[in-house]
Amino acid sequence: MPKLPAPPVPAALKAPPPRPGDGNGKATPLDHAAEAGISVVDWVDERTSLSGAARWMMFRKVPKGTNWFYTLGSATMFAFLSQAVTGVFLAMFYKPDPSGGAYESIRHVTNEVFLGQFVRGMHKWGSSVMVILVFLHMGRTFFFGAYKYPRELNWLIGVVLLILTMVMSFTGYLLPFDQRAYWATIVGVNINGTGPLLGPYLSDFLRGGPEFGAVTLSRFYAIHMMLVPGLIAALIGAHLYLVAKLGTTAPPWLKAEKNPELRKAKA
Amino acid sequence: MSDKHRKHASRYTSDRKIPGAFEGETVTRRRFMTGTTHAAGAIAAASFALPALGFAIGPIFKETPHKWETAGPTDMFPDNNYIPVVITLTPGIGEAGKTTVYVRKRNPSIDLEKPDSLNQYIAITSRCAHLGCPVRWVDAAERFICPCHGGVYDLLGRRVGGPPVRPLDRFYTRVVDGFVQIGARYSVNSELQRFSPRDPGEPIDGIGQYLYPSRPSIRR
Repeated sequence: MPKLPAPPVPAALKAPPPRPGDGNGKATPLDHAAEAGISVVDWVDERTSLSGAARWMMFRKVPKGTNWFYTLGSATMFAFLSQAVTGVFLAMFYKPDPSGGAYESIRHVTNEVFLGQFVRGMHKWGSSVMVILVFLHMGRTFFFGAYKYPRELNWLIGVVLLILTMVMSFTGYLLPFDQRAYWATIVGVNINGTGPLLGPYLSDFLRGGPEFGAVTLSRFYAIHMMLVPGLIAALIGAHLYLVAKLGTTAPPWLKAEKNPELRKAKA
Repeated sequence: MSDKHRKHASRYTSDRKIPGAFEGETVTRRRFMTGTTHAAGAIAAASFALPALGFAIGPIFKETPHKWETAGPTDMFPDNNYIPVVITLTPGIGEAGKTTVYVRKRNPSIDLEKPDSLNQYIAITSRCAHLGCPVRWVDAAERFICPCHGGVYDLLGRRVGGPPVRPLDRFYTRVVDGFVQIGARYSVNSELQRFSPRDPGEPIDGIGQYLYPSRPSIRR
């Protein structure tokens, strides 16, 4: 079997070569067991060539001066992943029933389910964390000038992701179906209706009719847990692809090397 | 244009020396096959995408039926003060489908709009014309006051303060067997003329009635 190139792990983590006399070069069952993980990875990689893509994604050159501000994007992504995971488990208990079942199911999760209050709290507070991180990430991109050529498309994708995050916040706010949720949604839908010409129709679309009705809650729930998360996940994929493809920018305070000789040597 | 395209100068496949070309043939079999496959894919995608889209936006075009709700006997309502009545706007969803309506008898000395069979009793919504919060009739001040953003309306529901863009909506009323019944909602402009119901926040004076058109889902 042809040998694949070794994964790029630090020398300290690599297994030492066998000492002379150990098993006379023959693989013992212990050696096979130790190699099992590598063998599985090799087996998959030989059939998918995923390691090349993983290397392309992970082992990138980053500019000098890269600092903690550059972690805001992945922080936002982890906030989204946290929302996705806690949301899936909350969905196992939630009933989008406007005649009392929705409020009751949230009360049940909060007061009676093991760790329910904790997981619901993570989802509730995590949504604010995600919005804050989105804006910090956007501010970083703006003030570092990282939206400029050739990264304009990534800025646009980011703006769509910002809007989708806002849609998530708006639709998720209704789901507990308490007084605050209900009136905030009434006010929010009516603000949306003040857009001229199309606004009134968009309000009807959101409510599923001219009044807050039986289908409004389930519409919001479907948008919140199926439509928008899928879009966000797909767009995060595109966003990350472009980051890996185009590379990151140096911070604006980093000056280009004036001396052409040194500049060539650094490049 | 690249050389690849330029070298096929002739429309006819026979001129282009394509093996098996018929005389007068302009579409190669390969191109025909490609087009058919694309068309089949488009039809397959449209066959689920179009119904799903229509399903999602259908409620915009569907008129919501309304029914008459009994508010109370005619002698329950004075002509100088409002009595709150709870009616069901949307059946089947419990408390969330109910709303408060303020009802009084028509008073010819203050209600100057033309009397007809549908406004012998004045029914004013509790839904603020700013963004839809619930207004409350404050008897001592003779004002409707909204708790959210400070909208204030007078006895006739006309805005006297705060951010609302038009007077409070009203409901048609009728009297059946000595009982006042409340019907469909309608909006009024600042002259209290009737318009198809608009959502809160949408002015209907002047150009507003065209910027915020009446919707097929709810008509006067």
